[in-house]
Amino acid sequence: MSAASAASVPAARPAPVEAIHVENLHKKFGDLHVLKGVSLSARDGDVVAIIGGSGSGKSTLLRCINCLENPTSGLIRVNEEEIRLKRDGHGGTVPADRRQIERIRSKLGMVFQSFNLWSHMTLIENLIEVPIHVLGVKRPEAIARAEGLLARVGLAEKRDVYPAFLSGGQQQRGAIARALAIEPRVMLFDEPTSALDPELVGEVLKVIADLAREGRTMILVTHEMKFAREVATHVVYLHNGLVEEEGPPEQVFGAPKSERLKQFIRTVS
Amino acid sequence: MPLMQVSTYELLAFEPPGWGGNLLRGLLNSVIIALGAYGFGLLIGIGGAYGKLYGGPILRDLLEVYTTIVRAVPELVLILILYFAGTDLINRLLEALGYARIDINGLVAGIWVLAVVQGAYSTEVLRGAILSIPQGQIEAARAYGMPPGLLLRRVTLPAMLPFAIPGLANLWLIATKDTALLAIVGFNELTQETRTAAGSTKAYFTFFMAAGVLYLALSLFSNVLIARIERWSRRGMPSVSGGPG
Repeated sequence: MSAASAASVPAARPAPVEAIHVENLHKKFGDLHVLKGVSLSARDGDVVAIIGGSGSGKSTLLRCINCLENPTSGLIRVNEEEIRLKRDGHGGTVPADRRQIERIRSKLGMVFQSFNLWSHMTLIENLIEVPIHVLGVKRPEAIARAEGLLARVGLAEKRDVYPAFLSGGQQQRGAIARALAIEPRVMLFDEPTSALDPELVGEVLKVIADLAREGRTMILVTHEMKFAREVATHVVYLHNGLVEEEGPPEQVFGAPKSERLKQFIRTVS
Repeated sequence: MPLMQVSTYELLAFEPPGWGGNLLRGLLNSVIIALGAYGFGLLIGIGGAYGKLYGGPILRDLLEVYTTIVRAVPELVLILILYFAGTDLINRLLEALGYARIDINGLVAGIWVLAVVQGAYSTEVLRGAILSIPQGQIEAARAYGMPPGLLLRRVTLPAMLPFAIPGLANLWLIATKDTALLAIVGFNELTQETRTAAGSTKAYFTFFMAAGVLYLALSLFSNVLIARIERWSRRGMPSVSGGPG
């Protein structure tokens, strides 16, 4: 795993737990082979940035981790628990145990490109929905925690506002707070700033950077190379459904080995 | 013409020999049938829409046959088929199983028949409304570990409501008026009561006008309620009062 994260752990303590482990993951959509055997690992406290051109399979990889897409084959472990998959009869897989998937999903805080806040609920209702109805948290406790999170992302006064009346940046900060409200083991970000107007990107990145600083385990699919370089402990470059190159950010961005990665960095920066 | 000497007021009085009480009882029966048929129709519609969207190929085909046939055949014909053929079928089945024939309650049969009709239309209204929900909202609910039942109750149904209300409102108004078709099977709803009253007194104009006013009042009252429900269901949506362009 990344040299940076390994160095930050004192030798006396046991090695950090592997929060996410993906091995030889394949995903086909019909004839389209999107992931061709990808492996990925994130230990506690790691911030893994997945970069790559459009169509490289980076979002698909992230969505396979919580089974929003069912992998065609491969192995996924979340918090050292393997997701049980069974063949679906069409050459792919489906989760063998719906309850296991639901339990694992409730520990992964997903943040989407298009925010996906529930439009019929106010911001605070969005934040307490899963804690109360999925995790069984008591309502007063869920509200207290949600209010704290809203204050943290700078939306305390928007508590009772419906998402449609918020700016994109505010919606995405609210969506991050919603993900934090489930006290996730790992945060998953799927291009969190790609749908935002340029002037709103900064406020969202600042919230994500704060989370990285406090040592949260995160997997981040992003187009923001400068940001990835700043916050990530490990960078994975995907090309055509394969890991082309990976390593600590200073190595991947500072001294890329692969020709394709060099070209990619030139075109996006 | 001695009959003409009875005033409109006396004809419509609540106490016999006035027929007002009968008309109101008919209206009550119509409302009960409409409510029952609409409610069960909605349940069929939710199941039908879910089946059409997420079900297997066989279930989808069966539902397609159901919605196509029910929406293709005139409702009056369907009512005759379902009412007479349906009760006959149930009784034959009972006899075949060694039970005695039963007299099927007109109210229950009426609700059942109209619910089958309403269900076909609500299936399509709800299917369209569910497709109108930004799919990311359903995906977010899945991504946070919501089981299917909770997802339906907490996200899909409330999120599709604003898209379904106009269609569902139409279906409710149609349900209230379709109850009149049950007159043909002799059920004492408003139209049947009106025919009886008019036939007995020959005051056709008075009674059919009165029935028309009652149907109109029911629709107007419904519209007030529907407008409130629609406002509530759209609470998370920006107003469109600015108009197009």
